[in-house]
Amino acid sequence: MELEFTTRTTFDKVGTRPPRPDGTDKVTGRALYGADLAGAGMLVGKVLRSPHAHARILAIDTSRASALPGVKAVVTRDDFPGIGPDGKVKGEVEENVWDVARNVMARDKALYEGHAVAAVAATSTAVARQALKLIDVTWQVLPHVTDVDEAMKPGAPLVHEDMITAGMDPAPEEPSNIAEYTRIEMGDIEAGFAAADVIVEQTFRTEAAHQGYIEPHACVASTSEDGVAELWCCTQGHFSVRDMCANILGMDLANLRVTSSEIGGGFGGKTTVFLEPVALLLSRKSGRPVKMTMSRDEVFRASGPTSSTSITARIGATRDGRITACDASFRYQGGAFPGSPVSYGAVCGMAPYDCPNVVLDCYDVVVNRPKAAAYRAPGAPMASFAIESLLDEIAGKLDIDPVELRLRNAVKEGSSSVYGPTFGAIGFVECLEAARDHPSLEAAPGANRARGIAAGFWPNYGGQTSVTVNVNNDGTVLVSLGTPDIGGSRASMCLMAAEELQIPYERVKAIIADTSALGHNDTTGGSRVTHSAGLATIEASRRVIDTMKQRAAALWDIDVEAVVWDQGCVRPSGANAGDHEPLTFEAIAAMAPSTGGPIAGHAEINAEGAGASFAVHVCDLEVDPETGRVTVLNYLAVQDAGKAIHPDYVEGQYQGGVAQGIGWALNEEYIYGSDGVLQNPGFLDYRIPVASDLPMIDTVIVEVPNPGHPYGVRGVGETPIVPPLAAVANAVSRAIDRRMTETPMSPPRILAAIDGSP
Amino acid sequence: MSLQHVTTTVNGDAAEFLCDATETLLDALRDRLGLTGSKEGCASGDCGACSVMLEGRLVCACLVLAAEADGREVETIEGMAGTGELHPLQTKFLELGALQCGVCTPGFLVAAKALLEEHPDPDETEVRYWLAGNLCRCTGYDKIIRAVLETAADLRGQ
Repeated sequence: MELEFTTRTTFDKVGTRPPRPDGTDKVTGRALYGADLAGAGMLVGKVLRSPHAHARILAIDTSRASALPGVKAVVTRDDFPGIGPDGKVKGEVEENVWDVARNVMARDKALYEGHAVAAVAATSTAVARQALKLIDVTWQVLPHVTDVDEAMKPGAPLVHEDMITAGMDPAPEEPSNIAEYTRIEMGDIEAGFAAADVIVEQTFRTEAAHQGYIEPHACVASTSEDGVAELWCCTQGHFSVRDMCANILGMDLANLRVTSSEIGGGFGGKTTVFLEPVALLLSRKSGRPVKMTMSRDEVFRASGPTSSTSITARIGATRDGRITACDASFRYQGGAFPGSPVSYGAVCGMAPYDCPNVVLDCYDVVVNRPKAAAYRAPGAPMASFAIESLLDEIAGKLDIDPVELRLRNAVKEGSSSVYGPTFGAIGFVECLEAARDHPSLEAAPGANRARGIAAGFWPNYGGQTSVTVNVNNDGTVLVSLGTPDIGGSRASMCLMAAEELQIPYERVKAIIADTSALGHNDTTGGSRVTHSAGLATIEASRRVIDTMKQRAAALWDIDVEAVVWDQGCVRPSGANAGDHEPLTFEAIAAMAPSTGGPIAGHAEINAEGAGASFAVHVCDLEVDPETGRVTVLNYLAVQDAGKAIHPDYVEGQYQGGVAQGIGWALNEEYIYGSDGVLQNPGFLDYRIPVASDLPMIDTVIVEVPNPGHPYGVRGVGETPIVPPLAAVANAVSRAIDRRMTETPMSPPRILAAIDGSP
Repeated sequence: MSLQHVTTTVNGDAAEFLCDATETLLDALRDRLGLTGSKEGCASGDCGACSVMLEGRLVCACLVLAAEADGREVETIEGMAGTGELHPLQTKFLELGALQCGVCTPGFLVAAKALLEEHPDPDETEVRYWLAGNLCRCTGYDKIIRAVLETAADLRGQ
């Protein structure tokens, strides 16, 4: 469908801050999340996981477990149908189904500590746990590798013995842990560096971080004897869950209905499946509903954290601060399967800058760690950590203010981006200027204190979206969406429908419909929902208005061209159209049964026009030189939202991304022992920021309308996590006069940097 | 293993259930009594999503045995709103958008209510430290802290 619109700039309801439609259920405990559903006869499913980082599974004997009273089903690799690597995939699966199938249940080898090996369904949690202990696995433990640089070395233990690096010409003859190599190239890199007066180069490393959603993965599956199944789960994309499960289990898409529960955070980590296909299989074998929930320990060990990385970057600039060249090597591990977000990261790091000569070498590396999933702006925070740190080095060498340096190189409308497209209307310069002029930044830092700034970018995404707007006879409106609401998107959809239909916000309600109720919806991710589902909601609302005009025209016996929609009413377009009293939205809704039946609008679109997103962050902090502890004193996040539909939830995205980024910068890391076993799989030892760790987080919403959306919306969810690693690092580096090149900047690392030891 | 018979009071109403001796109060509330407003985020007392009041004391229900509720009073998020009327903290959280995914919200509300009952006039630092046992991954805490401070001021009549 080709959408036609001009971007609006004045609004009646959009931009206000009403309570969200799902809010009361969430403050009273009524809202049902993944683990909150119970069914008659429901069993408890539990997973047996590999204690080894890398081991061949020689045999699995489940006979003792199956014989335990109360055990109703046991599944292993033998219960999964085969999916060939070239097997035809049904539906819309954004990942490699072959890999996902092997991630949800190990086949010939366990590829990381925590990899699922078997599962049971039993009448109670206690019986299920006991049954897991009765499963006998014969292991052949293999050498393992968890570090990205070690994994790339010749002779490293091979995660997949037959993996030949893709993207190299000629293809290597020997297998390695490098799944794919990609080079992104622009201009003449030699000439670029030749034109530079100053060149800086550094290697950076970031440890893996977890999304840290507070709600562990959970689902309830119920499979009938006729092969039809229902699945309830917390997910960012229930259509994608349906399609992945159907492919993994050899089901028809129509035989699986997936309902997304309320979701307790995702940040990209709930865009794939872990428990869901296993629960469906257990239900199929037992003939009973099966609930599965992950413990926090399992979430850390066996869901999808983000990559750890190693990045070497070199940037050249002229004396007056113009960037002339950047070449960089990005090495990201994606866990035990290909698919790290290395290429996304590589382009996002340099995207804010107009640099004519660029070479980005990207290595997607496999290691014996859990398969990486998306984490908010996948890949970008690490790349920006490297690039934005080097820009600070250049600013220091040239004695140019860091904001001014970025202003001199900032991309604008018409600039060509490193990832291909030419930028349309974008707000990077506006963000830099807003940060530079913000009143909170006048105070000078004191001793051991410093300020760091950094920019961030995310391209944003549109994608397939299907929305229905139903009009009730009392003039209220129900919006059915297929994009799970993680952070208040239902409120934004209600605001956009109310704006378009010119009815009160309170008369519009929105729900997330299940997979049987709407056409395909891509997953909630890529900062796409307010843009794409917003576009579809507006489009569906316009179809409602079209129908209402037709109803009024028929009633008045005039042409539909002779009526107009104006201030929530259908009116004759002029004197020639006849003397008819305007009909309100409510009046036409009430007449629906007698004028042709129900009134509803649909939109089934593949949204384009997602506006690129830029942010600038400023961090003031203090370093305790005796302990190495960092206290964040003030934090300012400036970002272009295009148009903030519900400003509370836009600010909330900025503040939440900042908090996650500060955690990643200062505390959070996956710590592996030499045995390849995760040492800190709990919130006590994997410490995410708590309320007393953070200050208030100031926000500025810049609004440069996105011409690709009728209201000017840009997605805002991902970009806020991109700048914090570098903003914090730039501040710490200035405070201690040493360049910090690794995250997390934990007290021992900072003390080591102060002491000058590596 | 024989089950224990527990007689307790939950949100002012008499309640009884049978439970395993090793079962937590959180599991009993959720699985035996159907009160799923208290959430399990960690089962180790680190996230506070299962915050409830036990005999007037703020606890993580995942760290209390169900049998310990015998003869005692339990208050959960489900008992926070009056009949047909939200508690001022609940209203303020909605008004300021102090929640995103909402899964930590019940725990924050129970903990914040306990704070205001004990310290009606907390400053920002006191609120931050009182709520340091409740993890939120979505909001960066900013709007939550503001909501608690504003509710405290409202309740004091300022």
